[in-house]
Amino acid sequence: MAFLLRRLAGVVPTLFGVVVAAFVLTRLLPGDPAVFFANSVTADAATIAAVRQKLGLDLPLWQQFLVYAGQLLRGDLGQSVGTGQPVATDLLRLLPASAELTLVAFALAILVAVPLGVAAALRPGSVIDHACRLLSTAGVSLPTFVSGLLLIYIFYYQLGTAPEPIGRIDPFAIPPPGITGFLLIDTLLAGDTEGFAAAARQIVLPAVTMALFALAPLARMTRASMLGVLGSEFIRTARANGLRRRKIIVSYALRNALLPIVTTLGMVFSNMLGANVLVERVFAWPGIGSYALDSLISLDYAPVQGFMLLMATIFVLVNLVIDLLYAVIDPRTGLFHA
Amino acid sequence: MSETLLSVRDLSVEFRTRHGIVPVLRGISFDLAPGEMLGIVGESGSGKSVTAYSVMGLLEASARVTGGQALFGGRDLLRLGQGALNQLRGAEMSIVFQNPRTALNPIRPVGAQIADVIARHDPAPAAIIEARVLEALRQMRIAEPERRASAYPFELSGGMCQRIGIAMALACSPKLLIADEPTTGLDVTTQAAVMDLFRDAVRARGVGSVLITHDLALASEYCDRIVVMQTGQVVEDAPVAALFARPRHAYTRKLLRSTPSSVDSIEALAPDEEPVAPSATLPFPAPAPLPTQAPAPGGPPVLEVRGLCKSYVHSRSRAFWRRREVARLQAVADVDLVIHPGEAVGLVGESGCGKSTLSRMISRLIQPDAGEVLLDGAPIHGIAPGRFARLPQRRQIQMVFQDPTESLNPRFSVFDAIADPVTQLLPRQGAAALRARVEQAALQVGLPLELLNRYPHQLSGGQKARVGIARAMAVEPRLLVLDEPTSALDVSVQAVVLKLLTRLRRQQGVAQLFVSHDLNVVRLLCDRILVMHKGRVVESGPAEQVFNRPAHAYTRSLLAAIPRLPQLQEAATP
Amino acid sequence: MREKLALLRYILAGNPVTLLALAMLVLLLGCAILGPALVPYDPIATNTASALQPPSATHWFGTDQLGRDVFSRVVVAARLDLAIAFAAVLLSMAVGSVFGAAMGYFRGWLDTAGSRGTDVLMAFPLFVLAMAMVAALGNSVSSVVYATAVINLPFYIRLARAETSIRRDMGYIEAARVGGSGHARILRVFLLPNILPALVVQASVNLGWAVLNTAGLSFIGLGVRAPTPEWGIMVAEGAQFIVSGRWWIAAFPGAALMLAVFCFNLLGDGLRDIVDPRSRT
Repeated sequence: MAFLLRRLAGVVPTLFGVVVAAFVLTRLLPGDPAVFFANSVTADAATIAAVRQKLGLDLPLWQQFLVYAGQLLRGDLGQSVGTGQPVATDLLRLLPASAELTLVAFALAILVAVPLGVAAALRPGSVIDHACRLLSTAGVSLPTFVSGLLLIYIFYYQLGTAPEPIGRIDPFAIPPPGITGFLLIDTLLAGDTEGFAAAARQIVLPAVTMALFALAPLARMTRASMLGVLGSEFIRTARANGLRRRKIIVSYALRNALLPIVTTLGMVFSNMLGANVLVERVFAWPGIGSYALDSLISLDYAPVQGFMLLMATIFVLVNLVIDLLYAVIDPRTGLFHA
Repeated sequence: MSETLLSVRDLSVEFRTRHGIVPVLRGISFDLAPGEMLGIVGESGSGKSVTAYSVMGLLEASARVTGGQALFGGRDLLRLGQGALNQLRGAEMSIVFQNPRTALNPIRPVGAQIADVIARHDPAPAAIIEARVLEALRQMRIAEPERRASAYPFELSGGMCQRIGIAMALACSPKLLIADEPTTGLDVTTQAAVMDLFRDAVRARGVGSVLITHDLALASEYCDRIVVMQTGQVVEDAPVAALFARPRHAYTRKLLRSTPSSVDSIEALAPDEEPVAPSATLPFPAPAPLPTQAPAPGGPPVLEVRGLCKSYVHSRSRAFWRRREVARLQAVADVDLVIHPGEAVGLVGESGCGKSTLSRMISRLIQPDAGEVLLDGAPIHGIAPGRFARLPQRRQIQMVFQDPTESLNPRFSVFDAIADPVTQLLPRQGAAALRARVEQAALQVGLPLELLNRYPHQLSGGQKARVGIARAMAVEPRLLVLDEPTSALDVSVQAVVLKLLTRLRRQQGVAQLFVSHDLNVVRLLCDRILVMHKGRVVESGPAEQVFNRPAHAYTRSLLAAIPRLPQLQEAATP
Repeated sequence: MREKLALLRYILAGNPVTLLALAMLVLLLGCAILGPALVPYDPIATNTASALQPPSATHWFGTDQLGRDVFSRVVVAARLDLAIAFAAVLLSMAVGSVFGAAMGYFRGWLDTAGSRGTDVLMAFPLFVLAMAMVAALGNSVSSVVYATAVINLPFYIRLARAETSIRRDMGYIEAARVGGSGHARILRVFLLPNILPALVVQASVNLGWAVLNTAGLSFIGLGVRAPTPEWGIMVAEGAQFIVSGRWWIAAFPGAALMLAVFCFNLLGDGLRDIVDPRSRT
């Protein structure tokens, strides 16, 4: 419990730093926000000055920050010029699309990378090992926007097995009632197997693209960590005591090897959040990445700021979960074994 | 002996390395009778551990058995597949490793690890296995076995981990138990406790055991018979009494005479003559003797320490909203110490007693919390370590460090390493004068000048130790602080270094503070001894007095725990 | 020296992949340095008459929607992409290693503040951070360099800090202190040269990331702008033609991009083997 509180307390300064960084970055962004909020580039100076005062832009920077922080605490992320909606509303509406894609890709990557890395480490120098090495090096080398296009070319244009890469759902299909916002779950909840299949078909290519990218560091870390553990002294002890190979691999080696893998998961997840922007662009996926990018291109900065804050918050929370996971596996952190 | 438990014949093993194939074992043969305790003794690289791993079938992938056999229970272990070996390992034959803590799975309770072994070889209901685990722990005289069984290795001391290692090895009642340096790295009192347990457990069950160690004294105290190994070969195989009464092989004799506990004075220690260092191709004439600085003994002290204290933060509450709760560990408490010019003072204690902290405060590497340090009567404790580094007094106190490898910058040649303090601490001088001084320092410690252009990884352990000493001596200090300078070295190399240090002190008159865990070494080298325990000096006095008539109970327990050679006991009664 | 060459030969002989990576690096550097002088067509000259032609003998990699020669553009782009990557990585390595080494050596408040700072930086998905920085600093090549340098900074700080931390209490550092060296000299003469190999390995891997990052930014329209030949822009321009089967416009710059990143990653692996043979992965 003390560990949990301490860990939660450790999040506070980081989140504060994130807010400061986002604030500073947006103040640096070119263009006068007042001009945008006056909703017209041709607005006269008096209108702009009035808007400036209304927005508090004439205050000293630290007061502006306090105002800004106050708004954040009320969940107010500002207004999007593009959609005319509050940014918070937009982000909440679009988040499920991105989350669904990221989580499916994440699960896919873990399911492939960890067994592959373990298999490679068990037989160093074998065919599987070389395949793992090749796949992981190619995976990090292939930019997501290139591999995405490649997949589209092969599976949509050449083979015709994949649907057109234009988002989460066929534009003419009726979306299921939004309960969770995750189409794969909502369609099942509605008993709509056809809708589920359609949604699944849409998500396969973008998810594979992103998984390919996340797979590489995971497989690499699994292999390295597993190799390291297999060479350690307590594995030698287990062998010297005649324990069965299966037992040694699963309850001695793999459990220890999981520790660095779990740490890597956090980094991989963060990279995936970043890659989201590119993958959503390639597949016209209507998520928060596309939203932020469209806003950025049209010089609409409040959504960008909100997007960055949301990303950083998600990342900090994910890391919190990962730390807890780590503590469950490793008694040395003293969380569950006081 | 009519029957043998293990019979190793002509065992040969080679390693594949970057430099090609290297033979590591060349025709090893020995026998082990049931219930016998055999010691395999040798220095590093002698192949003693490889012998054990070959027998157990635990050699790494780069090693290959090229010949011989190891008969155990009528079967040749070297010809068995991994499956068959796995049936035997842990059940019929077991091994205990060095570094007890890393030899156990860090994230599995130790009881569960023992249970794994029992469940593998004698499957039974969980309750029965659990009872057997507790019984195994109890036999190792582990108090509160239920609580210990659920502990993780990091929660236990090194000695406790090794007891658990032995309990695990004996859990399925094997006939053969190999112990590979089981107590190396443990304190001497812990070593004695673990070894006594080991011997009692082995004797009680009639298990044939092999003790692999670098320590001849340890083997002589616990074993029935000793096999001496050198560079992959058995050079001598004899019962303990015979081996010490009439060592037949020259290497055995050298090993015996290099062991500090076997001799009474530094002069008696092997080698008799320091190897002559200057080579025939010496480009520089024999070194002029350094100016002697040593005044007559009994002059004013070179170093005085009064009431020195240091504590460390042990754990602290991390929560920032609470008041800082700080638990402090008193590493050094109220220590007084005086060293006169040309005097050698020994500082002895087990790990964590504060001897390293004390030596670092004296060397001005860390700042004391309280107390005074006077160098030639001038207080230096008030000067921050960072500033002291650039004062002229810095050169007067030099230090030699524990690990010869870690104490040399991998990017500096030997010349650079020795020259560095000279350029920083002495007035600027020309390149020729610098070279002359470095060469003089090298020759003084018996370092051939050809080695000056080499890098640390191209040197042997003994050579690295010499470089460390030359570096400290090159600036002609008045006090040399030696922090366990020989603990990482083989005994024969240690003997050479100890003789070198004695010669330096007698020739140059440099005072020495010798920090060590080894009372035998300190006895040979030092005039006076201080014994530290839990941050305090519990006993001090002339070396012979502390060694022969210890006043404090802790000193007595320390002395009792030191393994002794039989020869020494006989020498007392001629 | 001869011994080092022998070691190098031994390592390369046992590691043909590193040799391949070296060859690829030479090819890439050749394109970057000599490319503009060698290519058959002007990389930005449009010729609508010969637009969207598939690869042929005259246009090895085909032509794009404006009739520009894809081969010439791919080769010429190497200079810009590699220059940005090298500049950014050198910048972050120089700043990050000094800062990280100081944090690991002095500990205390400097370490606490520095670690907090890197935590905050790492809390943002790095690509998103780079996006926002380029938007904030202005849409230019130098912004891309700075943004890429900043997102790589935490890696050097953490690495230099960790490598310094394990060495700061080693005997040779204490010996230097006893030998009269102050903090600055210990950092400069004893610590930085010893942590450099690890940093160089990191730099090699980061060069790959930097190329990816640059291309990714220009893919979404930040940083480098059309019609400058740049791999990311070219992929973006070719993306709309993929669904109609004109693969060559995006595929060749994409392949070049992959080759470059692949090369730096392999090189990083090879260097790691040389620097620290135990950590072979």
